[in-house]
Amino acid sequence: MMLALELFRSLPRTVAGKTLGGRVPMVAGMAAPLRLVTIEPPRVDRPSWVRLRTKLSGICGSDLGAVAGKTSLYFSAVVSFPFVPGHEVVAELMDDCDDLPKGTRVVLDPVLCCAPRGLELCEECTAGRTNRCTRITVGNLAPGLQTGFCTTTGGGWSQQLSAHRSQLHVVPEGYSDEQAVLIEPMSCAVHTALRAGVTPNDRVLVSGAGSVGLLATLALRSLTPAGEIIVVAKHGHQRELAVALGATEVVTPKEVLRRVRRLSGAFQLEPDFSRGYLLGGVDVAVDAVGSRESLETALHATRAGGRVVLSGMPAAADLSAAWFRELEIVGTYASARDEVSGRGAFEIATELVAHDAVAQLAKSVAPYPLHRWREAIDHAQSAGRLGTVKVAFDPRKRG
Amino acid sequence: MSRPGFVLEVDDRTPPLLVHEGLGFRMEDFPLGTRVVYPPEPIVCVPDVDEAIREALLHPVESEPLPELLKPGMRLTIAFDDVSLTLPTMRAPDVRQRIIEQVLTMAADAGVDDVALISANAFHRRLTPKELQHIVGERVFRSFYGQGLLTNHDAEDHDNLSFLGRTEQDEHVVINKRAAESDLLVYVNVTLVPMEGGHKSVGIGLSSYRSLRHHHNNETMVNSRSFMDHKNSELHASAWRMGRVIGEQVKVFQIETSVDNNVFPKPYDFLMKREWEWSVRDQASMLGVRRGLAVAPQRLRHKIFHDLRAPYGLTGINAGAVEPVHELTIAKVHEQQLVEVQGQSDVLVLGVPYLGPYNVSSSMNPILATCMGLGYYFNSYRGQPVVRRGGAVILYHPLDEGFNQLHHPSYVDFYEEVLAESTDPAVVGQKYEAQFAEDPWYIHLYRTSHAYHGVHPFYMWYWAAHAMDHVDDVIWVGGNRRAAARMGFRAASTLLDALEMASDTVGANPSITYLHNPPQLIADVR
Repeated sequence: MMLALELFRSLPRTVAGKTLGGRVPMVAGMAAPLRLVTIEPPRVDRPSWVRLRTKLSGICGSDLGAVAGKTSLYFSAVVSFPFVPGHEVVAELMDDCDDLPKGTRVVLDPVLCCAPRGLELCEECTAGRTNRCTRITVGNLAPGLQTGFCTTTGGGWSQQLSAHRSQLHVVPEGYSDEQAVLIEPMSCAVHTALRAGVTPNDRVLVSGAGSVGLLATLALRSLTPAGEIIVVAKHGHQRELAVALGATEVVTPKEVLRRVRRLSGAFQLEPDFSRGYLLGGVDVAVDAVGSRESLETALHATRAGGRVVLSGMPAAADLSAAWFRELEIVGTYASARDEVSGRGAFEIATELVAHDAVAQLAKSVAPYPLHRWREAIDHAQSAGRLGTVKVAFDPRKRG
Repeated sequence: MSRPGFVLEVDDRTPPLLVHEGLGFRMEDFPLGTRVVYPPEPIVCVPDVDEAIREALLHPVESEPLPELLKPGMRLTIAFDDVSLTLPTMRAPDVRQRIIEQVLTMAADAGVDDVALISANAFHRRLTPKELQHIVGERVFRSFYGQGLLTNHDAEDHDNLSFLGRTEQDEHVVINKRAAESDLLVYVNVTLVPMEGGHKSVGIGLSSYRSLRHHHNNETMVNSRSFMDHKNSELHASAWRMGRVIGEQVKVFQIETSVDNNVFPKPYDFLMKREWEWSVRDQASMLGVRRGLAVAPQRLRHKIFHDLRAPYGLTGINAGAVEPVHELTIAKVHEQQLVEVQGQSDVLVLGVPYLGPYNVSSSMNPILATCMGLGYYFNSYRGQPVVRRGGAVILYHPLDEGFNQLHHPSYVDFYEEVLAESTDPAVVGQKYEAQFAEDPWYIHLYRTSHAYHGVHPFYMWYWAAHAMDHVDDVIWVGGNRRAAARMGFRAASTLLDALEMASDTVGANPSITYLHNPPQLIADVR
């Protein structure tokens, strides 16, 4: 038996979370349809599957959305209840698995594509675009887009989970667990940067300076020929980290349009009873939050014909600018096994988290034991304000 | 008979003294021994303004009388000082109206049909129709505005600017094309402070960035000792060089006026009087106004002050050639404003009032307050600054009026972005001035809305450059701490706190001088 946090179907809790979560401090955890349970460890008795003992598992924005009932019902068809959340996982192998001996420390590519499901590879998986797999509801596993949303595999918010060899990436020696837990979000940032289509000296806006925005900033600076990178940050520590990770300008949400306008020589318009927008602006904008405000900021600050990249799970927003300014809207979900020149996102991400600023950021990861999950969720909801970039569960901790 | 200005030394019998601070004032107890410099009382005014104008036009200085310069079929342009003068706005009729009406009458008598009027606003905001009407009067406004013959100068309308050449120091001289191509350019000026008038009128008021950048910069302003003394001002030296280039190609008929320092109408006239001479009525007015301002919301206080119209009297009018006319004007201004002060002090105290040249019907944002205090008032000296090098300046202003988005859009960016990086006028000028000057959005707002040009906040900062270079400490009494810190200064709650803070710079027992203005005064420091 093991301890795990389990997300279950509960209409009253979902409604309460949707209403209060994120708005009223200290109640997000109370209202969440989440419970601490003692259950049988998940086990998949098929070749190349292995049991993992969790060391750290991060709390991501999509986890918070699910807990707070804010995730679009669009995703209800690609999850299986009840499930153990947690897809940012650092763990060690409890058994030998193919070429990996027991005790190997790994991070998890959470996407449950054709290979883990025991299926013949679909066209997307064959091309290495595993995050676009078309078979994520079938095969040997219950529906689930990722580990952490699938009832069969379990997730990182527990003492133990199961994973397929194709999902496992060995953590190099010398990396702390806190650094390693950032590899999965870093891989998403790598994918975001490569999907952003940045051309030499493009002016790029990153709207948001949580972990997604900060890591995207590093990826954009390291992997693309971006010129200026303007990061929208609310809090002091975010501003410092953004600069350390490659931002050329850091602005507050209140001043972003004005600053982009000045940097790009754009014109600013103020429509009636609506948000201001620019005629002109950045070449590429990355929404790294997913809120309506952040997405509209990205849309309104991008030049005609520019590109808006959805890195955070997007909320409903006014898309008038996308039509009027002929913007390219680009989604970026998770990461692909083959990103560029045959290299996978995890391979690139593993290199990038060695960056000094990421190592510094890793030191601020706030670990919680599973039984303090309400505090952890509340902390994660207010991470920016509380000076934290990443909150994680450490199931090994007792107090 | 008016009394000259004088210097009071604060002693046991000195009552609390009035200090302006934005949309209000306070009564301050100054330390014993503080020197308080009071401006002269209003000097004798011209008894018949219309007759004085007529006399000046018919008997100009080093020029033919105006009627002899006016010929049928000629092209005549009348340019005039904009809304930044006078401060406060002059009670109607404005003296410029009375002059323009006489000039137009003479032009009509001479059969001149091609006449246009231009507000010489350089990079200042465009005047509203109402403001134009106040300056030129209802009749002139009605006759010219609707036909597009009464306009604001547009320093970004490159098709309507003329390049007249270069000075011996390679400064580009560009002015308004209509003015440059006129057979006669009549300039109607109001010289409120010695900085105004002379070759500054046409050479700056009708110019463009191509010309302005030569003298509106940090280096020039630091080397203008002071810009209120045109013979020791690099700013004016440059303008004078340009003026001579203009004079070689354009016939300029300069009309300059000076006014007394009767700036506050009743019942606010106690603000101009010496406190120990306040009558019971003055004291009652002071208490009433003070109490009212204390409870009034900022918007109401703003309206109360900005609706004031000054009952200025005309002290002099001269017309003709620019330079001799200006010498006569400056002599009159000095007669009204000059006060002899013996030696410098360690600390200079200044009250920054609600109004400066660039916030008429607008807000005195922190940059404008700095320009007013460290620019205009600090530079109100002749000879040497009132405060010694390495001394301290203590200013009164709450720095809480915020920014007017209509009038000062680029100020917000200057404050939030530029000053966050550096407050050194030389550094910010070098890195950011061109960006702001060439920003198409600011240019658009300047040309089509009522915004000051994008580069204007830099000029305000340069205006204060001499003071920043000269003193070691600047402290704002009652000032918003964040705003003061953003500008590289400090804020204190009281004068005593400010003196305590300044003690590191000037010692525990500094000599203090308080310039009791407005009304405007020029300290003639010996």
